[in-house]
Amino acid sequence: MILYDYILSPDAYKVRLMAALTGLKLELWAVDMHPGREHQSEPLLALNPAGSIPILVDGDLILTESAAMLVYLAKLAAPEWLGENDAADAARIQQWLSFSRRLTDHLGGARATEMLVEPGDLPSLQRAGTVDLREVEAALAERRIVGQCFLAADRATIADIACFPYVALAPDGGLSLDPYPSIRLWMRAIRMLPGFIEMPGIHRLHELKPEPVSDMPETV
Amino acid sequence: MTIGHHAMIDQWYPVALASQLPPEGRTTQLMGTAIRVLPGDPVRVVTGDGRDLRVTLRYGHVWTSLGEPSKDLFDIPEADQPGRRLVEVGVVRVRCSPLRAVENFLDIAHFPFVHTDILGAEPHTEVGKYDVEIREKEDEVWATKVQFYQPQAAKSATGGITTDYMYRVPAPTSTVLYKTCPARPGEWDVITLFVQPLTEELCDVWPWMALFDDETALTDLIHFQQMIFLQDRSILENQIPRLLPLDPGREIPTRADLTSVAYRRWLKRHQFTYGAQLVAQ
Ligand SMILES: N[C@H](CCC(=O)N[C@@H](CS)C(=O)NCC(=O)O)C(=O)O
Ligand SMILES: [Fe+2]
Repeated sequence: MILYDYILSPDAYKVRLMAALTGLKLELWAVDMHPGREHQSEPLLALNPAGSIPILVDGDLILTESAAMLVYLAKLAAPEWLGENDAADAARIQQWLSFSRRLTDHLGGARATEMLVEPGDLPSLQRAGTVDLREVEAALAERRIVGQCFLAADRATIADIACFPYVALAPDGGLSLDPYPSIRLWMRAIRMLPGFIEMPGIHRLHELKPEPVSDMPETV
Repeated sequence: MTIGHHAMIDQWYPVALASQLPPEGRTTQLMGTAIRVLPGDPVRVVTGDGRDLRVTLRYGHVWTSLGEPSKDLFDIPEADQPGRRLVEVGVVRVRCSPLRAVENFLDIAHFPFVHTDILGAEPHTEVGKYDVEIREKEDEVWATKVQFYQPQAAKSATGGITTDYMYRVPAPTSTVLYKTCPARPGEWDVITLFVQPLTEELCDVWPWMALFDDETALTDLIHFQQMIFLQDRSILENQIPRLLPLDPGREIPTRADLTSVAYRRWLKRHQFTYGAQLVAQ
């Protein structure tokens, strides 16, 4: 199974992360998106006329949407990531997979403009990204009230993996996550999953910050 | 505008990758001045009010100056050495002072904490004794005999090695580091950071490398460096204040940041203060 990959692409990271969490092995084929624009080259356009990354190739199967790739990997190796068969849960997962496209467009657009100096209308991308973040925050706050910390079920599902990267990287696009406590807790829960891997900008849990120094005696 | 700003106006700055200039040109900024980089032979750089700026093409990039540089762009002799792979890493924008971007690059002590398990790892956090000087003839800052233990010193490294480093600052917002070359002992790999000051608190950073490595795919070399620089970016964007403080009274040199102290001293000596915070005594 070959993943046409870019280390800075959050959509490609979704697929790498899903594979790591489910123990699947991917063969990575690095695409020089920035600065080389290789995703717009003839061979890659032949695989994916949309000119985007990631692309997943497994035999005859060519997938160009990260959401479909998450479904594929989960079905192959870890069906529990697809959630329950309950109608509402199944629909909720589809809802978040589709929603994740908005994150790519808005938060991803803001990040590409702000960090990689791609053309884009930064203020309007940030405004749209803020609306998306508020929607995720509200949904997660409601889940917390019923005692759950993931988006669509009482465990992590492909819905969480589809939405996590762009949300976590919102600061790269100039949007702080400070106003979103439920999002921060959710990101913590995702980073605690066994097998979690990092990408540039998304750190593992033991943070870079030194232990806080305190004059107060330790309390047990 | 202060005198210090004039001193930096006469320097060369990178403003585009020569290989990536779109047909319509690149619209950008240099020290608050709107400019356009226009492809062609020769490549031109013009200001918003129609003034043609001096241009030089070197190390894969288009360099320009708002003023009158008294010297040619600094030399990196290794760039012309046969057999090296020249790696254009591309631009990354950072909300920080251009001087801070350089200063962070010089600080080897951050490796284990920022580039964990790649350029450094706990518990190997100790930076040994090394030499720092301002070379009068070249008018450059140099740190030599720097040694550091690294789990994965380069894309081509397969295990931990103790790496030798030299750091060099030949211009206020450009820095060159030389490090042990895993593929060719006796030679130095060259890794640079060329910084384009957009404003005093915003810069476009253009990393560039000249390496001996015939094994690794070019794309992998690019991505390794992008990964490293993005780790720096998240640190740089969180530094407070955004400007680089230049205050002799506040220097508390430790061995690890002697290079940074020399860099600041050199900046002050030349009144290179665009992006600096001058703290009153
Ligand atoms: N196909 C969608 C979107 C993928 C997408 O937009 N990927 C970005 C990189 S993260 C891309 O390839 N952008 C192409 C471009 O900006 O030209 C998915 O897989 O989720
Ligand atoms: Fe660094």
